[in-house]
Amino acid sequence: MVIDWNSFTPWSALAGGVLIGIAAALFVLLNGRIAGISGIIGGLFRPTLPDVGWRLAFIAGLVIAPSLYAAFVYLPLPKIDAEFGMLTAAGLLVGIGTRYGAGCTSGHGVCGISRLSPRAIVATILFMVSGFATVYVVRHLIA
Amino acid sequence: MYAVYAFVAGLVFGLGLIVSGMSNPAKVLGFLDLAGKWDPSLALVMGGAIAVGVIGFAVARKRTVTLVGTPMHLPQARDIDRRLVLGSLVFGIGWGLVGFCPGPALVALGQGHVKAFIFVVAMLAGMGIFELLEQRKTRRAAAHDAPHAHGTSHAHGAHAKATPHVAGTHAKGASHAHGQHAKGHQRVRREHS
Repeated sequence: MVIDWNSFTPWSALAGGVLIGIAAALFVLLNGRIAGISGIIGGLFRPTLPDVGWRLAFIAGLVIAPSLYAAFVYLPLPKIDAEFGMLTAAGLLVGIGTRYGAGCTSGHGVCGISRLSPRAIVATILFMVSGFATVYVVRHLIA
Repeated sequence: MYAVYAFVAGLVFGLGLIVSGMSNPAKVLGFLDLAGKWDPSLALVMGGAIAVGVIGFAVARKRTVTLVGTPMHLPQARDIDRRLVLGSLVFGIGWGLVGFCPGPALVALGQGHVKAFIFVVAMLAGMGIFELLEQRKTRRAAAHDAPHAHGTSHAHGAHAKATPHVAGTHAKGASHAHGQHAKGHQRVRREHS
């Protein structure tokens, strides 16, 4: 394993991680819920009235975050190599997978592990391993 | 007030994704590429988030109501079942293909990134497909309770365009096999009895 020291950003990664942890802690202590983004979006498919408001509000916060950040610091558009077909396939797999698996990187990876939930720990290991394997296949076997 | 707290939590969460670099899929793929030049940043993001999260959830666990006196809604599920395992594996494949998971995709969408928009639309479609399948399963389960219902399992196969194949298990015993063609998507075969 060769560490990419030019790309590795330990301090901003930790700082951003702490912000994510604060958001998750705020959400569970004030709303009493898991800050799992796939679950928050997925719940909108079975809308119940008091729920819709906070679900949309959380999503709005995420979507508005880059505008707030960019008001103070330059934020470049991320460069994404994937084209339409790949983006569509990936989106569908993420949508279906996170709903069957009942969580994604936020709900299982951050909140679930913070709760020491065995289910979340297993889910996180599985989607990490699956992600490692996929990138290996795409970058080193196919390409 | 729920919505106000949720908005603030979403905003702070999104800022965390931006500060950590995780709203950039290239950075996520740099972490997932163990065999290439590896960028361990994502591990530190999770480490930082969990270090704070552990405290928040330890406080939450001891309480029956939130800090503002409203009920807690923590997950009750305990079992590690097929749905959790297959769902997480499928999610990992989608994550590894582009480097987007739901949160960062919404942040990149907020930047006005067209590719993030395409991804988010497809992700919503995937979630919609899940809902349709769940509703169909509920109807089937109701039908199975009827006296002449089949006590066997169904195997659903789907063909995908431009997506890798996800191996699923075959339904055991006598079963109905429904082959379905869906545009651009791949579904894991599931069995239910």
